[in-house]
Amino acid sequence: MDEESLLLSLELASGSGQGLSPDRRASLLTSLMLVKRDYRFDRVLFWGRILGLVADYYIAQGLSEDQLAPRKTLYSLNCMEWSLLPPATEEMEMQTSVVKGRFMGDPSHAYEHTELQKVNDGEKVFEEEVVIDKAVAVIPRGALVKTPFGPIRVNRTFEGLSSSEAKKLSSYFHFREPVELKNKTLLEKADLDPSLDFMDSLEHDFPKGSWSIQMERGNTLVVLRSLLWPGLTFYHAPRTKNYGYIYVGTGEKNIDLPFML
Amino acid sequence: MGDLPPDPEPPPQPTSSRRNSQVSERRRSREHTRPQPTVPEEVQQIPLDAQILRGSREMVSSQINRGWSQGASLTPSENFIFQAEEAQRGSIEYPSLNTGFPSEVQPQTYPSEGRLQASHNASLMLQQLQQGEGNLFQQVESAYQEPRADLLGQYTRYQREDLQFSQDTQHGPYLRDDPALQFSPSELGFMPFNMEVPEPEPRELAVQNAKAYLLQTSVNCDLSLYEHLVNLLTKILNQRPEDPLFLLESLNRTTQWEWFHPKLDTLRDDPEMQTTYEMAERQKALFGRSGGGEGEQEMEEEAARMAVPNIMEKAFYFEQAGVGLSSDESFRIFMALKQLVEQQPIHTCRFWGKILGLSRSYLVAEVEFLEGEEEVEEEVEEMMEGGEVMEAHGEEEGNEGEEKVTDVIPKPTWKPPPVVPKEASRNGANKYVYFVCNEPGRPWVRLPHVTPIQIVQARKIKKFFTGFLDAPVISYPPFPGNEANYLRAQIARISAATHISPLGFYQFGEEEGDEEEEGGARRDSYEENPDFEGIPVLELVDSMANWVHHTQHILPQGRCTWVNPLQKTEEEEEELGEEEEKADEWIEEAEQEVGPPLLMPLSEDAEIMHMSPWTARLSCSLSPQYSVAVMRSNLWPGAYAYASGKKFENIYIGWGHKYSPENFSPSLPAPVQQEYPSGPEIMEMSDPTVEEEQALKAAQEQALAAAEEEEEEEEEEEEDEDEDQDD
Repeated sequence: MDEESLLLSLELASGSGQGLSPDRRASLLTSLMLVKRDYRFDRVLFWGRILGLVADYYIAQGLSEDQLAPRKTLYSLNCMEWSLLPPATEEMEMQTSVVKGRFMGDPSHAYEHTELQKVNDGEKVFEEEVVIDKAVAVIPRGALVKTPFGPIRVNRTFEGLSSSEAKKLSSYFHFREPVELKNKTLLEKADLDPSLDFMDSLEHDFPKGSWSIQMERGNTLVVLRSLLWPGLTFYHAPRTKNYGYIYVGTGEKNIDLPFML
Repeated sequence: MGDLPPDPEPPPQPTSSRRNSQVSERRRSREHTRPQPTVPEEVQQIPLDAQILRGSREMVSSQINRGWSQGASLTPSENFIFQAEEAQRGSIEYPSLNTGFPSEVQPQTYPSEGRLQASHNASLMLQQLQQGEGNLFQQVESAYQEPRADLLGQYTRYQREDLQFSQDTQHGPYLRDDPALQFSPSELGFMPFNMEVPEPEPRELAVQNAKAYLLQTSVNCDLSLYEHLVNLLTKILNQRPEDPLFLLESLNRTTQWEWFHPKLDTLRDDPEMQTTYEMAERQKALFGRSGGGEGEQEMEEEAARMAVPNIMEKAFYFEQAGVGLSSDESFRIFMALKQLVEQQPIHTCRFWGKILGLSRSYLVAEVEFLEGEEEVEEEVEEMMEGGEVMEAHGEEEGNEGEEKVTDVIPKPTWKPPPVVPKEASRNGANKYVYFVCNEPGRPWVRLPHVTPIQIVQARKIKKFFTGFLDAPVISYPPFPGNEANYLRAQIARISAATHISPLGFYQFGEEEGDEEEEGGARRDSYEENPDFEGIPVLELVDSMANWVHHTQHILPQGRCTWVNPLQKTEEEEEELGEEEEKADEWIEEAEQEVGPPLLMPLSEDAEIMHMSPWTARLSCSLSPQYSVAVMRSNLWPGAYAYASGKKFENIYIGWGHKYSPENFSPSLPAPVQQEYPSGPEIMEMSDPTVEEEQALKAAQEQALAAAEEEEEEEEEEEEDEDEDQDD
């Protein structure tokens, strides 16, 4: 969620039960402003909070002008001092997929695994965050627009989805480089609008039904929750410009999903 | 600068008149605000153009009245453009068209030609208007500016292409070589004043053709390109966004959308917002006071019956911990609980939490009824169950009677495992009654009591809640009940596992009976300790021993107090026949199940892998003197408890499932049942083949035929005998 509208966003995303305490909110507002200045980001998003056993990690992302360019990720333990997480390599990805269990909350904690090398808690955090982000960061259709000059920008005339559109999964996209777009048939591509539909839709996510879409607050807010990564909440108030997502959870994938549906 | 005359607008077009007056006011204001025109030429132009304006306006209205044969409706912007065009034309001799064309063509050709020019000039002017520069007439002058030229050139080039297209299809002179059309505006400047205008008639005709092309509508919609462009430009001019070229595409789309989706009119409701308004109505009802009544009496009554707890205070504390719903949602829940208290005879109630579902979520309230109120519903349920059982018995007896006539089917020796009776209300897992609703404002639905078998099965499955109470729970092993029962079972499990309080808040009542009785008298009840003084927050966070569970643990059997399922009640013994008593011999003896006692501290909770089951935090490390101790459960993610001073509270907000570090693996299906062993009583014979059946049939027929023959012979013999006798 945007740090500019942090308070409203937290209020709207509170339907899932987890939020931030007032002192954290206050410190986030100030520190994210400073982060934006220091790193020269175009937009700073508060990504969420990973609950660890000893301490929690607070994660923020910084975006440059081009919205789909790789984002820089920062983490903090107390919402005041932010450190850049190192970029991920493939080895680390493999290693972290093997290490199971909850996060400790101590960035220097080293996990042991019999076969592979030890993995740092900090790296694991980053890996998980990247994985989760790729999997479930959501953005409504029309919020980003592809300009003919190349970069992807925030659409300033995005007035929000209508109530009927907001209830359909096809109006929401993954906020990442498209993966499945090329595999679509020509017939499907003919219906797409190339300036708006340049990302993968949530509709074809596998397994089917891994998103729960609900209306809350007397039908004025649509909330999407991921069932594959429990803790990811995306909210949007139809017909307004408010939308955002936040992850508050343990950082573990719900592999029992097929049994649970 | 003279004052411009008032607009003699015709009545049937009030909107255009309004716009015209706006436009003219704009012009007026511009003229007034720039009393010192920088360009000397402009001074000359103004009186000239004022005259033109005066003259043109009359002409405009007459033209409007005559109507266009193309059928396009006159929008205010067209009018504006038209006027502008008129203002800039040097010549005013409208009626004197003598191009040699048939007279009926004249009124049509004339204005569109003017429009062509106007389109050019309009684009110039509009560009200038956007920059907010000066006067109408000044803008025209400043068209010389270079930096704007490129963008402008692009824009007008589009129109030029249109024109060239239109010229192919329409009749009349096609001014391909019209010098006026090929110059870019920067070179052009302001055409009618600085250049020699070629003969007006052919150009006018070309302009008119172009405009006719732009005005044509397709079969699909009534909107022509011309109108759309007019709408678009009006919108841009009205809204004045920054960097309009960049936004051009979006604005284009928006304008198109708006054409087909006009704003609400007062008579019709927006169908999309219907459900939203309904919900709002329902929630509004929450906020109304119940019944009329005198104000004072009601206040006193309400103050006396403090059944509803102070939800807002608890929400505040949970917010400090970073948990919980937003404050307006909490308030709505508070009002909904109040409504529940008014509807049902409730002694105490509490907001238990929220369980998230796929389509809808559940808000759960934990309620304790007043004494005696609850039993009415219980009896009704039992009656129903008893009636069903009686009917089943009746049917069985009937069947047995029938069976004895034909072959006796051997009765299976399998007996269903004895049903563990559920706990009585107010005991154990059924200590509280739970009400759920989907959203505050919707009616509260009571959940049935939980039976032990439901808890046992719920432990074996893991399913998401859909949000509909009557949805079936399809799982293996099959869950005995629908979603309401599953929900109730999960609530029971969560309550038993995660409801904790600071040590000393609750204490046992006076001891009832000896502890050495068989099975051990479990202390079932506790009461609040009036002498509780609160534990300092830091100590609460440091040590787990300062917290205790105040709900009973659920045994593997599914109950909190163990019951031997094999003890038969008197009724059952009467019903048992002799045969069944023999079968009881092989029943194993059940062992008594023992669980941790009530008010057991958290430090004794089992660990998950190597992880402690609870995480303790201070709500705010920056101000420890005012913060609150927060406990977060790792076993049931979503269960929180806070304590501060003498207050504490538990809440659960989550999906309703237990955390397990390993995967969930469903139980395997039961082994295949064995067939009956072959014996003297039962022997499985193979079915006769077709040949055998036919042989049997043939044999039977022969036997029948033989029998008939014998009868005939007998009859014959009898007759013979009779005959003989008669002789």
